[in-house]
Amino acid sequence: MISLADRKMAAHLSYGRVNLNILREAARKELREFLDKCAGSKAIVWDEYLTGPFGLIAQYSLLKEHEVEKMFTLKGGRLPAADVKNIIFFVRPRLELMDIIAENVISEDKLRSPRDFHILFVPRHSLLCEQRLKEQGVLGSFINIDEYILDLIPYDGDLLSMESESAFRECYLESDQTSLYHTAKGLMTLQALYGTIPQIFGKGECARHVANMMLRMKREFAGSQTQILPVFDTLLLLDRNVDLLTPLATQLTYEGLIDEIYGITNGYVKLPPEKFAQKKQGEGGKDLPNEPKKLQLNSAEELYAEIRDKNFNAVGAALSKKAKIISAAFEERHNAKTVGEIKQFVSQLPHMQAARSSLANHTSIAELIKDITTSEAFFDNLTVEQEFMTGVDTDKVNTYIEDSIAQKDPLIKILRLVCMQSVCNNGLKQKVLDHYKREILQTYGYEHILTLSNLEKTGLLKPQTGTRNSYPTIRKTLKLWMEDANEQNPNDISYVYSGYAPLSVRLTQLLARPGWRSIEEVLKMLPGPHFEERQQLPAGLHKKRQQGENRTTLVFFLGGVTYAEIAALRFLSQMEDGGTEYIIATTKLINGTSWVKSLMDRLETLPF
Amino acid sequence: MIRSKPDEEDYWNSSKFRAFTFDDEDDECSSLKESKRTVNSIPLDDDEDEDEVEKVSWSGEPVGSISWSIKETASSTQSSMRDQGFPKIDTTPSLTKQGSGYSLSSLFKGRSKTGSFPSFSESLSEVSTRSFAPELRKPKSEYKDYVSDWTPKETVKRMQRGKVYSLETFRSLKDKLLLLDEAVSALDGNVITAVLIYLKKSLSKEIISRELMSREIALRHYIHYLKEVGEQKVLLDLLKSLGRTEDMALLQYREHLNLKDELRRQDFLKNCVSLPFAPDDANHVQDHYTLLERQIIIEVNDKQVEGKGQTDIFKKYPRKASILNMPIITTLYYSCFYHYGESEGMYSSPANIRQTFKISEKQYFLTALGARAKLKAWFDVDSLFTTKNWLGYTKKRSPIGFHRVVDILQKNNAPVQVLQEYLSLVEDTELRISLAQKHKCHDIIIDTYKDLKDRQKLIVYRGKVERGSPEDRKIDSLLNNTQIRWKN
Repeated sequence: MISLADRKMAAHLSYGRVNLNILREAARKELREFLDKCAGSKAIVWDEYLTGPFGLIAQYSLLKEHEVEKMFTLKGGRLPAADVKNIIFFVRPRLELMDIIAENVISEDKLRSPRDFHILFVPRHSLLCEQRLKEQGVLGSFINIDEYILDLIPYDGDLLSMESESAFRECYLESDQTSLYHTAKGLMTLQALYGTIPQIFGKGECARHVANMMLRMKREFAGSQTQILPVFDTLLLLDRNVDLLTPLATQLTYEGLIDEIYGITNGYVKLPPEKFAQKKQGEGGKDLPNEPKKLQLNSAEELYAEIRDKNFNAVGAALSKKAKIISAAFEERHNAKTVGEIKQFVSQLPHMQAARSSLANHTSIAELIKDITTSEAFFDNLTVEQEFMTGVDTDKVNTYIEDSIAQKDPLIKILRLVCMQSVCNNGLKQKVLDHYKREILQTYGYEHILTLSNLEKTGLLKPQTGTRNSYPTIRKTLKLWMEDANEQNPNDISYVYSGYAPLSVRLTQLLARPGWRSIEEVLKMLPGPHFEERQQLPAGLHKKRQQGENRTTLVFFLGGVTYAEIAALRFLSQMEDGGTEYIIATTKLINGTSWVKSLMDRLETLPF
Repeated sequence: MIRSKPDEEDYWNSSKFRAFTFDDEDDECSSLKESKRTVNSIPLDDDEDEDEVEKVSWSGEPVGSISWSIKETASSTQSSMRDQGFPKIDTTPSLTKQGSGYSLSSLFKGRSKTGSFPSFSESLSEVSTRSFAPELRKPKSEYKDYVSDWTPKETVKRMQRGKVYSLETFRSLKDKLLLLDEAVSALDGNVITAVLIYLKKSLSKEIISRELMSREIALRHYIHYLKEVGEQKVLLDLLKSLGRTEDMALLQYREHLNLKDELRRQDFLKNCVSLPFAPDDANHVQDHYTLLERQIIIEVNDKQVEGKGQTDIFKKYPRKASILNMPIITTLYYSCFYHYGESEGMYSSPANIRQTFKISEKQYFLTALGARAKLKAWFDVDSLFTTKNWLGYTKKRSPIGFHRVVDILQKNNAPVQVLQEYLSLVEDTELRISLAQKHKCHDIIIDTYKDLKDRQKLIVYRGKVERGSPEDRKIDSLLNNTQIRWKN
């Protein structure tokens, strides 16, 4: 039963071209091994942030099989009573968490029979954290300090994420490259499981850095070459700062909009309950319509897999088509006359019921989203975005932005727009920049100087320097704006933003065909070096490609990727004569809001 | 904000842009409705097949997922705690632990990553004492003498693999720097930071900043480390010695956020003013200081006035919150609300605030309008927009577009006469008509059609007003007026 349920949980990981379930299985194995190291009954104290990513690897049942009897959320003060032999802290290596752990350990009841403490650092062990525990005087209380290398977590059949929230900030603002080291390590793990990737392409400083580390790590482990036929043909490493524009734009795919509006975390979304409230009576006796409705979103759900990457304007039609099919299937019951036919019908019922409830959910979600996309506010905002992306009046103060500031719209919305204008104009005229800055500081508070300075350091916001605005050239050469984007039956990736083709994905597409040599000039206008490396394969592992067989490329977005970009890559994978299938990996799944937020100064003490 | 919809649609249709609109609004709506209908019409089988359908709690969490289980197991503990009643005194001596049957070595037959523990049998012997007074014990590694002469390279490797290592053997500056360079070339931030911590402990600030100047990567890690652990002072000195004065200034300025007391905050900001900011930031910080200074004065004064209970405005509209630490625009709004009409010499007067903080005309008008409209002070609204020219004629003028004025007035439930006055000032006739329709100002619509000499539109509009109403009569008399030269 348990294993069946679990197999169901992860089945969607093995549907794709590359069986990502192998990676998940490896992660599970390591987890089991760790748990078995701490013999006896145990309680896990969780860093709450980790429960989401862990949920993608293992269910409670796995932990239970290995004598995990209690689980708590990490909190200050004294640990809850639990009659177990081991207390294991599952935490990210963060200093503030070390302080909490220290508090737990110090206030442990000395009169009770002592419990053994362990720490499991995820995704990596940290000497800095150990140092902190030492300073707090508790380091000696731990029997075991270990690390659980969870670099790349499989999110879907073609999607891996490190879910490292601060990766972009660390790389481009703090210049701390630790997360790049983890990236390289993660890629080494991937190669250990799926074979050496013969070709590496990259664009950007961080990409160069990661490639260097990988090549070096490979030299160091030269002895332990994996004898696995390579699954990936190519690795493409892309710096987020090569394409700062795309995440700033509002995503217009179904999944992208769900993320923009409600935020998807670890494959789940929380939605306002009203539209889902109707028929849920008789569930455990208590109805909780005030609690947000939580839904899991991945390709295991047939309908979702079908519509997630569509432009939202094409979702209504798809849902209604599906409704007709399901409806017809249910009608079949009237035609079932013989016992055999009835039996056949009944055997299909569970599947039909699932399809039905899936349809109900997505119809409700589509309604929620439609309320927003048809609002004047959404329309006006999108209009301005599209003006910027097509290069209209990007060198002037924009009235809509001014008005939005005057209305005290959320600061992040303002920052997204101002940054977008800056990126599309290759920097703002000093006078324009100063005007925006003054308006923002006057309306939202002077302390935001710090946030503005962060945005300037990462290049999202900048004054125009002497050089010419290169954005129009980039836009034209890479065909970033398509006049006739077809939302219903797309023929180009630009459908994901109703006209704008994400730069990052365009670069990926052009790499596959006709190759980057054709766009050397534009590549030089974008930040950071571009490069190509080859990794030697052990003899006998050279792949003999069948005629017409697709290539497999792993695209790694350093600093984050949006759902719309993922949709665009899936679109390329599915193109009939595309010739390449893409697996996507990233440091973090982002959208413009979460991204800009990660760059804001942490103003904990803000008075409002 | 109001924009004329028909206008916009023309714009979209004629320009090369594609707006994100539902091409066929009705069709789209109906298709969603239709799928909803279908869904609801399909019979619902209540007892779903347990084996096939994953159990999901109402919050959507699959039953058995980790976050679900935390709630579950945690709540069961709570109840068991309640059952327990008084805490039981544990009579088992804690030292029995040492004699307990389980073997620790069995826990760690795999590779160990516990860098600080030389051997597990040793840590076992410490267990009992440690749990009584953990803070008194130093971990073994700190005093244990290592008989090791690992090279920098070996040491870094050991650190990376979580094996026992010792940094104390690197005594000379030269050795320490070799170690640092080795860590940097291993590219492992974790190890770099650990080495830097050792260097920080064993070297003077001057030497560290001198040596890091030529080691960019190590320097970045060091700065990040100092930020993480909150070593503000060390960091400021470092940035200063590196000549990164603007960073230093911002970092220091940031500290004000940790000061809760407004007077201390004010003093702190005063000192910040002279820090080496970039020129425009310097102005902003100066403004920030001035603002807080003013807010403190206003707050003291208004609190007192409000307390006395003799001033109408405070009696009628008690202050909801203190004005301290609010943004300048909020402060201006406050001033327009409670201190409108005060002479320019007063710190709390709108005019003074506007001038001191160089608030743009647009922002000023919007804020003043918002505050006065909220108070339904229509007379103030009137004078806000009235200007006299040199001949003494008065004229209405607005830097924000009268359509927005109308919008704000309407949101504050302005009477029709007031709305009409500003509606008639909206220059774009189409926009004026659509706004007038939205706010049901018939006179404006009728007058506009008259001005446009559009007889046809007027006839159509007559169909929309009530028979025999004043509007109806007005239209009639216009249509019968032979003086007007209609264009159609």
